[in-house]
Amino acid sequence: MTRPARPVIELRAVSKIYGSGDTVVRAVDGVDLVVERGDYVAVMGASGSGKSTLMNIIGCLDAPTRGRYLLDGVDTRLLDEKRQAIIRNRKIGFIFQSFNLIPRTSAVSNVELPLAYAGIRPGERRRRALAALDQVGLTARANHGPSQLSGGQQQRVAIARAIATNPVLLLADEPTGALDSRSTAEVLDLFDELNVAGRTVVVITHEEEVAAHAKRVLRMRDGKVLSDERVAGPAGRPPRWSAEHAPQARVTS
Amino acid sequence: MNLRESARFAVRGVMANKLRSLLTMSGILIGVAAVIILIAAGTGASASVQKSVSSLGSNTLTITSTTTGAGSRGGGARGGAGGLGALGGAARAGGGGFGGAGGAGGAASSSTVNNGTLVQQPQLTLDDAQALVDETQAPDVASVAPVVTAPSVTATYEGASHTVGTFTGSTPSYLTNDNDSLQAGVPISDSDYTARKRICLVGTTVAVDLIGGDGSAILGQTVQFNGIAYQVVGILTAKGSSGPQDQDDRVVAPLTAVQDTLTGYGTISSISVKAASSTEVTAAQDEVTSILNQRHHVTAANEDFSIFNPTSILSALGTITGVFTILLGGVAGISLLVGGIGVMNIMLVTVTERTREIGIRKAIGAQKSDIVGQFLMEAVMLSVFGGLIGVVIGVLVGQLQFGTFQLVVAPYSVVLAFGVSVAIGLFFGIYPANRAASLRPIDALRYE
Repeated sequence: MTRPARPVIELRAVSKIYGSGDTVVRAVDGVDLVVERGDYVAVMGASGSGKSTLMNIIGCLDAPTRGRYLLDGVDTRLLDEKRQAIIRNRKIGFIFQSFNLIPRTSAVSNVELPLAYAGIRPGERRRRALAALDQVGLTARANHGPSQLSGGQQQRVAIARAIATNPVLLLADEPTGALDSRSTAEVLDLFDELNVAGRTVVVITHEEEVAAHAKRVLRMRDGKVLSDERVAGPAGRPPRWSAEHAPQARVTS
Repeated sequence: MNLRESARFAVRGVMANKLRSLLTMSGILIGVAAVIILIAAGTGASASVQKSVSSLGSNTLTITSTTTGAGSRGGGARGGAGGLGALGGAARAGGGGFGGAGGAGGAASSSTVNNGTLVQQPQLTLDDAQALVDETQAPDVASVAPVVTAPSVTATYEGASHTVGTFTGSTPSYLTNDNDSLQAGVPISDSDYTARKRICLVGTTVAVDLIGGDGSAILGQTVQFNGIAYQVVGILTAKGSSGPQDQDDRVVAPLTAVQDTLTGYGTISSISVKAASSTEVTAAQDEVTSILNQRHHVTAANEDFSIFNPTSILSALGTITGVFTILLGGVAGISLLVGGIGVMNIMLVTVTERTREIGIRKAIGAQKSDIVGQFLMEAVMLSVFGGLIGVVIGVLVGQLQFGTFQLVVAPYSVVLAFGVSVAIGLFFGIYPANRAASLRPIDALRYE
């Protein structure tokens, strides 16, 4: 008998409520969600649907007003600010719409940053950062600053930074929102590869093109989950993935 | 995250905006340099005052009469006068005549009798000087030299003439009391003194004026002082000038000979007393005061003499220059404070500018302490670099000399200024750093 694997995300009746009385806004309204290890979930919705608030809660950037949130089995309500920072560092890899690389800092230093905050020694840090850059196919650009990289390359550096700490969850907020179609395809292929390699991916998006890559699509409106559509099993391949279509990334782990 | 990491991030932050960092540093730089330079000016002033006061004779007290009046050249009656009462009383007799009044004057009333004219005579005598050489009552007095000064003496030598600034008659111990030495010749000996020999030591100004050249040719020559021949046996080492007074325009001769020829045998101008050591100057002063009070039948309230103590002058001047130094340092300290506010100002701007960066760092796992460390380090770095350059500039400028006024860099001012600049970096860095660290990641990430 094997114990079922601990889900990566477990939301229990989570709400985020702003204001009070007549002006009360339920940005997230009683959402239940379980994301299994290895799943690839797209959360869709128009702006104001609550998907960004949900992403902040899942990313431990914001605390829910009500309900429970277990990240990799850890109840986040019990965490103080310091522990929340540690959780973000160890368990979550963030990918933002605007890349959010530190300016005037080389690609490899950007990738090293979460490792530095994790307290890893410089030699080991550099090795792991270069490995992560290799995974996104940017080894040659390791010493370039963000301003010397294209949007697609910057986003790949950001992805390298997100996977460098080997987190249980990759959390992407509109990752292709600022990219042209070619770069978008590159990034989405990279997500497919990472998912095939076993990483759990949650993507917040309003683009159908992005959602088409996910194994499971959640649609939100007014803070509630409107629909929850399963395209492929959590353990399977992402629907758009094909071996010959693999990008320049050499997935190793 | 260790200190080195924070330092690396901080260096990157400082270098990101070089001109701004440089300008911010210059505030601290100017403050630190100003503190060092102004304290150096104060210390230099104090050193130069000390130097000129100590040239007056270290460990030496000079006793002068406080009642100056006409007839300083009394009759010969005083020569070997004995009784204490006679001396004290005679001095008080007022009016100008004395001697005869001697014993009868009575000590008790004498000091208040001045006939309303307020004219009294100088009353230091050779016997006063003699009385100070007393191992039981004045154990701290090492040597005593009575001094007479002959006014308006003109020296002539082979047609050249020179008005002597100070013509001093004293005992052989005068030279040590007055911190004098000879650059040529021999000093006055005890036998010269008792033999009333008409010999003299001349200062360089006198020597040069009379004979030209470097003045050394005067040695052994006979010079006329107010028509009386003295042989020059020594040349006094040059002392330079103290303020407007030329300390080398002088002649020293045996007191006996001077009384014989120029001043007569009345009272003496002053008594120079050397204490056994610098720590005993005050004790010697007390002993001398009590002996003279006793001899003159006066008390502290109506003393008729005053004791010039260079040590006390020195300490008084030391207090003044000390206050002066603190004042200058304080003014400079204000500019250091202004520099510190500059650091705080720029750090607040930096934090606002980099709000988004702070958000990113927090999102990927930076703790509050990491952010505080980074920005605090940046502020300290600005002030430390500024401080270091300020120290270099301050110490360099501190080597300058303006005429005779030499700046003296006080080591404590360097440590103080640099320490304060680091403290300022910490103090003015804490608020902006805390502000950065307290930003909520979602707000910081949303910031444009």
